[in-house]
Amino acid sequence: MHFTINGRAYEADVDIRTSILDLCREHLGLTGAKKGCDHGQCGACTVLIDGRRVNSCLTLAVMHQDDEITTIEGLGQIGDPHPLQEAFVRHDGYQCGYCTPGQICSAVGMLDEVAKGWPSHVSEDLAAPLLDDGEISERMSGNLCRCAAYPNIVDAIREVAQAEPEGRTADEKDAAMIGEVLA
Amino acid sequence: MKSFIYEKADTPEAAVRDIATDGARFIAGGTNLLDLMKLQVETPAKLVDISRLDLATIDDAEDGGLLIGAMVPNSDLAADPRVIANYEVLSRALLAGASGQLRNKASTGGNLLQRTRCYYFYDLASRCNKRSPGSGCDAIGGINRILAVLGTSEHCIATHPSDMAVAMRALDATIVTLKADGDRRRIPIHDFYRLPGDTPHIETVLERGELITHIALPKPPSGRQSYRKVRDRASYAFALVSVAGIIGMESGRIANASLAFGGLGPMPWRDPAVEAALIGQAPTIDAFAAAADALVADAKGHGSNDFKLPLARRTLIAVLRDLTGA
Amino acid sequence: MFGLGTTNSLTMDKPHPSSLLDTGVQGAISRPFDRVDGPKKVSGAATYAAEYEFDNLAYGFLVSARIGAGKVVSIDADAVRSLPGVIDVVWDFKRFIRVAGQGGETKAPTQGVQEIAFSGEIIAIVVAESYEAARDAALQLPVTYEAGQGVFDLAVNRDEAYTPPDLVTPGHFAQGDVDKAMAEAPVSIDVTYTTPSQNSAAMEPHASTAVWEEDGSLTLYGAYQMPTSDASQLAKSLGLSAKKVRIVSRYIGGGFGSKLGIAPESVAAAIAAKQVGRPVKAVMARQQVFEATVRRSNTEQRLRLAANADGRLAAIGQESYVSNQPGEDYFEPVGIGTHMLYAGENRLISHLQIPVNYVLSGSMRAPGEAVGMIGLECAMDELAERLGMDPVALRKLNDASIDPEKGVPFSSRSLTAALDEGARRFGWKERPVARRDGEWLVGMGMASAVRGNMLMESSAKVEIHPDGSATVSSAMTDIGTGSYTILAQIASEILGIPVARITLELGDTNAPPAAGSGGSWGAGSSGSAVYLACEMLKDKLAKAMDVEADALTLKDGMAIGANRSVSIGELAGEGLEATGHIKPGKQEKETTQASFGAHFAEVGVNMVTGEIRVRRMLGVFAAGRVLNAKTARSQCLGGMTFGIGAALTEELYHDTRNGKLVNHDLAEYHVPVNADVPQLEVHFLQERDIHANPIHAKGIGELGISGAAAAVANAVYNATGVRVREFPITLDKLLAGLPDMK
Repeated sequence: MHFTINGRAYEADVDIRTSILDLCREHLGLTGAKKGCDHGQCGACTVLIDGRRVNSCLTLAVMHQDDEITTIEGLGQIGDPHPLQEAFVRHDGYQCGYCTPGQICSAVGMLDEVAKGWPSHVSEDLAAPLLDDGEISERMSGNLCRCAAYPNIVDAIREVAQAEPEGRTADEKDAAMIGEVLA
Repeated sequence: MKSFIYEKADTPEAAVRDIATDGARFIAGGTNLLDLMKLQVETPAKLVDISRLDLATIDDAEDGGLLIGAMVPNSDLAADPRVIANYEVLSRALLAGASGQLRNKASTGGNLLQRTRCYYFYDLASRCNKRSPGSGCDAIGGINRILAVLGTSEHCIATHPSDMAVAMRALDATIVTLKADGDRRRIPIHDFYRLPGDTPHIETVLERGELITHIALPKPPSGRQSYRKVRDRASYAFALVSVAGIIGMESGRIANASLAFGGLGPMPWRDPAVEAALIGQAPTIDAFAAAADALVADAKGHGSNDFKLPLARRTLIAVLRDLTGA
Repeated sequence: MFGLGTTNSLTMDKPHPSSLLDTGVQGAISRPFDRVDGPKKVSGAATYAAEYEFDNLAYGFLVSARIGAGKVVSIDADAVRSLPGVIDVVWDFKRFIRVAGQGGETKAPTQGVQEIAFSGEIIAIVVAESYEAARDAALQLPVTYEAGQGVFDLAVNRDEAYTPPDLVTPGHFAQGDVDKAMAEAPVSIDVTYTTPSQNSAAMEPHASTAVWEEDGSLTLYGAYQMPTSDASQLAKSLGLSAKKVRIVSRYIGGGFGSKLGIAPESVAAAIAAKQVGRPVKAVMARQQVFEATVRRSNTEQRLRLAANADGRLAAIGQESYVSNQPGEDYFEPVGIGTHMLYAGENRLISHLQIPVNYVLSGSMRAPGEAVGMIGLECAMDELAERLGMDPVALRKLNDASIDPEKGVPFSSRSLTAALDEGARRFGWKERPVARRDGEWLVGMGMASAVRGNMLMESSAKVEIHPDGSATVSSAMTDIGTGSYTILAQIASEILGIPVARITLELGDTNAPPAAGSGGSWGAGSSGSAVYLACEMLKDKLAKAMDVEADALTLKDGMAIGANRSVSIGELAGEGLEATGHIKPGKQEKETTQASFGAHFAEVGVNMVTGEIRVRRMLGVFAAGRVLNAKTARSQCLGGMTFGIGAALTEELYHDTRNGKLVNHDLAEYHVPVNADVPQLEVHFLQERDIHANPIHAKGIGELGISGAAAAVANAVYNATGVRVREFPITLDKLLAGLPDMK
């Protein structure tokens, strides 16, 4: 089978049953996408296929040989991070880090959906949704984080989504925290 | 997951031809089928990939309705401006289901065919007449918090898990299919699902190899629409109870009512008695209560799901209050 | 004083009033540094247990028992051996571990899997060339069982309940006469609360990759919180000497107690790897994590509180039923926080263990407090109402000045300060009797938080390299807690070497042993070991500089003293190293050590459906020195969210016919999702604890969960007037008490 992942062509001789998640993790050395449940119940495996966020665990590799697949490794790397990767670090939008690649891929896909004007379950006006914290939380609810970095994840995404952040920026928040903890 | 033969279909006609072997299944989004295959609850010998069929558009129909391709992803359907403007209940139901990732993958046709989330259906070590006909039902007498209170049988108390299908039922959608012999047929959603009876493994009237190609929506209904879903967490959970409602008012009275329910039955539930209790009535709490009573008149709890009766009653009354402005 | 030695040991027999973290000038400590491991985590470059590559790697998939009690009669391996890709079916009825190890144990967990003690017990492993082939064969493997008698319904075995042997807390503790005090008190409460079994549900499933080296030793890449003791558990299970087992756990995708001890996949992978002569990777399916690792025990807690008319507690009783498998010693220490939270002369805090054939019960985040504080703090809310007192005032009135049972002082205790600060910040005074917001009933609730502080023997090595950089190494782990970052900050502060120039090597038993991550002791214990190593290195630098240590200033890579400024790298010559070693001592007896706090929550309850949404929540915490404001806050966010889950959504359902965990996945075991959690607020109080350790910090990872669920529950009561004593508070339990709709 042949694949295009992160702009690079791959050939792999894999079992017909192989998911994109297992293809990446077990055959191509791309272990960024994580397996948390293998059943579409946690979101840790989220990747982008043709720009859309999907659960790669519930996606047969054989069905996506002609598509552009993007994993966390393709969004940005150490030293050359995607703005959301940077924001997750600044806002501590993770703890153990296991759900993090999925969260970030999901956030990238989610912001693209917002840009297209797609509504969510909590949009009052389906035709003109506004991206407030409640919207970010609802739209990111397909990504479990047991460490529960949720408030920080929302902060990170909000900061990237808004040219002029409404809430406090990470630096301002840090300054406030320094005041609180330094004797 | 057992191994399978994989074929990719280029046309609906090729798809129904390819499927004509024992144990063959269509795969579109795969979000439910692969989930079940991993557990060997589903063990197809062959998968016919229909995800690339040219059935992913939403077109205006001649009767003023919409013709939705079976391969349209749930996300795209929910965000379609025509759906938002004229079929809000459908958009809302879709958005209440699953997660952003799953909606991006799940197809409209596949969503109608979701299997139950019954714990025992999912567990090979349990008895389940739906998974293994004749083996028994461990849900009866077991943990059945999420299971059905309407339309059940002594053989099965599973619920249909879809939100979208509930809205489709309220909208009187029609399922358009292509049969293996090349015939096409249009199945009103009213006739599409089957009650479990003593064959809970047969869930729809689809024949072997019959392919859903489209879902047709009639012209937009008059009145206000809403979808209300009650679940155990704020998002990413299946419905305990959901209500898809369409209510039209004329001269202070309810002129048309269409109400469908999720979480209660083995199929997206609709009961003419509920609507009959409302049509022609002024929007009063008494009328709403009568409709709610009609809904649960034949309902039966199985222990841990007894609460669904009062919950369904209350949710329906609140939906009616909102839709009528009472 | 450190002369030529290379180890700096300290036993905490005396208070440690001064700390180099207060005299350091690097400015690294306490600051909200971004995690040093952050760039790796956000780019997918951090390596978890199942992500190491090996030539010739084989895949293992575990086989789960499909009955709840009985024994395995036969396994028909031949039926699947012929499937494409299958290498072998491996089982070892004697050595496979039946249950996971408990945290800190050095002996093998209970072994022997021919006997089935619970549904889902791991009995074999299928090894194949691919994951897909292994999974397929494992699910198809024919196993013949002989069904046996099990107890699957707690009600059945209630009379068999026994007082378990003392653990971290006494099985049974009595002081004074609670019955008499209850009879005499003008105001009393006698209520029973229940909490269900829960699962840690860390995002990374348990995983082990076993590699046998040529010398007969085993390297296991595992997802383990406590590699040092886990290596011992694994060695004992396999019949090896401890020296022959190395565990590597560099990144762990969450633990919350579930990865304290080894789990069945480790032994299975090791035995299979030996048998097939190849490295074997075994990752538990999510369902297996639920079924075959650990659960937090369900509890039934009878709370009795007796108060004088002014609200002063005369008696506190917390008598609990908990459960575990027959023969297992661990019991959920429900009353652990109750011993030290409030004053009151008459006290009865006891546990009865019910033997049951469910998956092992063991540690989950804040064993004891997480559930025990639900009973105690909800009962306190009930008592406050009966007294007509403000719940905050009732707690302040009963704040203990000394340990109410041992009579010793607290090492530091800021409960009243936390209550006051929380009430002020949250706007507690404006708490309404009943408020409506459209269809939502709105209420506020609060609860105290307490978590015992522990110091565990740990060591760490710190090296200063000739280029002025440093390396810290230890078998300590970072399970998301921030160990990598805070240990770098401690070393940075003392050595004056910027955090960016410090490399952390954790999660490897080849490094100096440590207690690992558990019980919130990691920062205090391993932080102190790093402190001690750095203290010694500072002395060595001073000696090299020919100045007294306290006349030496270390900052930004430079050593300054005696009117000279020399680079630390230059002073280090060919490199310096020191090992720090901390041990608990008399201080843990002479003082009672705990962290304290207060939770405040505002919830909305839907009048129609009973759905509950947490609208606002604040935690105020005092846990000694905060080592990194950012990661400490995150720990509290996590704890508070666990509390929200415990209050509202999390429950494992045991089928009482066979003990099966029916909701064994993340679709039906409801951990909170993003939409369940508002923008939580966390505030820390200034505190130093000189009795705890030389860094003056106490544990924080479990404080945030203690009392959190009770605060949410009390808010639900405030909103609705419905007191639900059976947790979680799902909507079905509220329906009958909500306003009629007709």
